[in-house]
Amino acid sequence: MARQSFSAVRLPGFTTTAVLVFLALYVPIFTLVAYSFNASQSVAVWGGFSLDWYAKAWANTQVKEATLRSLLIAVSASAIATAAATMAALGTTRRKAFRGQTFIYVMINQPLMVPEIVTAVALLIFFAAIKVATGYQGLGYLILAHSAFCIPFAYLPIRARLEGMDLSLETAAADLYATPWQTFRRVTLPLLGPGIIAGAMLAFVISLDDVVITEFVKSGGQDTLPTYMLGQMRRQLTPEINAISTMLLMLTVAILTAFFLLTRKND
Amino acid sequence: MSQSASPAPTPAEPGRLAIEARNVVKAFGQGEGEVRALNDVSVEIRQGEFFTLLGPSGCGKTTLLRLIAGFEMPTDGTILLDGQDITYLPPNKRPVNTVFQSYALFPHLTVAQNVAFGLQMQGKPAAEVKETTARMLALVKLDAMATRKTSQLSGGQQQRVALARALAPKPKVLLLDEPLSALDLKLRKEMQVELKRLQHETGITFIFVTHDQEEALTMSDRIGVMSAGKLQQVGTPREIYTRPVNRFVASFIGDTNFLTGSSAPGGVRLPSGALIEAAVTRPGAVTLAVRPEHVRIEAADSPGAMPATVKGAVYFGTDMNYQLALADGSEIEACVVSGVTGEMALNPGEKVGIRFAPGAVQVLED
Repeated sequence: MARQSFSAVRLPGFTTTAVLVFLALYVPIFTLVAYSFNASQSVAVWGGFSLDWYAKAWANTQVKEATLRSLLIAVSASAIATAAATMAALGTTRRKAFRGQTFIYVMINQPLMVPEIVTAVALLIFFAAIKVATGYQGLGYLILAHSAFCIPFAYLPIRARLEGMDLSLETAAADLYATPWQTFRRVTLPLLGPGIIAGAMLAFVISLDDVVITEFVKSGGQDTLPTYMLGQMRRQLTPEINAISTMLLMLTVAILTAFFLLTRKND
Repeated sequence: MSQSASPAPTPAEPGRLAIEARNVVKAFGQGEGEVRALNDVSVEIRQGEFFTLLGPSGCGKTTLLRLIAGFEMPTDGTILLDGQDITYLPPNKRPVNTVFQSYALFPHLTVAQNVAFGLQMQGKPAAEVKETTARMLALVKLDAMATRKTSQLSGGQQQRVALARALAPKPKVLLLDEPLSALDLKLRKEMQVELKRLQHETGITFIFVTHDQEEALTMSDRIGVMSAGKLQQVGTPREIYTRPVNRFVASFIGDTNFLTGSSAPGGVRLPSGALIEAAVTRPGAVTLAVRPEHVRIEAADSPGAMPATVKGAVYFGTDMNYQLALADGSEIEACVVSGVTGEMALNPGEKVGIRFAPGAVQVLED
């Protein structure tokens, strides 16, 4: 007879398993960070502490251009995706249930389910046709592609926030002479703020480290930071890659921490 | 049809109608699954009165309130405000404000910003918004809390903010949806007095929804008793209590003894053989209602009294409740003011005679 309720923590080997899983997750990352300070040319043999690779990466114009391009794409794509996701979330929560609502929901979240490589190939072919027809070669394709796959990441936290909101607040605003637009502007939007920021940050991070779709969609000279790194690794592997990765990691950690603090504060 | 969102501050004229609902029907669902939350409800609410919609949950009282506020549209019927048809006007175009059961205060705004919201949406000049907001906060005694966030307030204080916010734009009618139900008993009593004071000072028509009969009796000028989507009776608290028209009203408000008998010359003949004096207009079976406090207990040999046996007694402090059985076995309850010592004057098994106070017997419609 079990006198205590079931708890996974008391299963034999729980602690060992947990430690192993955390090691598997974090040892590679710590190794990467450690070797970014390596004085030698090798990414595997330690040759003393040095910040040279950071200096090299910082001075590398290709890295700078790729970083700026990545940020430009991530900012534009997350802005577009967040705007679209906010409208989609309002449309799927702030009106009477309609036929095909589940279908719409699945459609919005399509990028979460369809293999990325499929989307990548599809976009490559689709954009190729447009490129031929219009002659436009710019960054617009990458921004559009990123916006598309970022929408569900922005949509989910915004929708969750809307669903958790007391509907009587909007009713109260209407009762107090607010037009539908004023109700949205003065009540819904301020209360939705944390959800929108969370969605935007998530979309930003997702866009920032995308490789597959970017690799397929980009034209010549449109490397983003992740695709530049991929290209570098094909030629020569130096701790410069480690240094760039570490900086990218720090940026992501900073954004995700801000995301966590924001969503927690307004729980 | 342009309904001004900012009502002119005309003083209430007693006798004129603030709200008139005509044959209002509200159905939810369709076909087989159709539920009529309101089934042909007509009611007239006078300007400046404290009108209460009283009934059990699911009786349709909140639905009627939401139709008057404009949050929902009726399936059929008409709603007039000050004689103007507002049936299909959106809520932001109606000079009617609501105090929500959940208060629905804006959590991202301060107390003062909450109260100012309606005035700002009406497009009032900043100086007037400021002045009115301050006056409203003073009215509900929350001047000191103006810059607080609403989440920092107690339940009673939140209630006052909700009231001030709804009163600030000077609505023609204030709707209150069970606003006191979340408060504890002591606070509820305080707020009842407070609400009456506010209504008196502002002169605004109040439509108050509650399921609490005591609240309805103590606060209202008139009560509309609702059940199963229908208005059962409208009248002053005294009328509702002393002259309930049917079994539902009689049983929902206060305690009542129901006696069934048959129409006879001069009154109603009970199964026990006793003849009760009452004005009966139709032949056949009749239901009578008598309040326990109108049942008088006398000596068993008192002339003209109905013989009864004491079954049990319960001491309530100020009064004493006796369960009695008539000759035919039907039970009846009597409420007697306790004596000075509060001791039980009658013991179970004792034989007594009972009589109903003159004019206390009410003939019910069904």
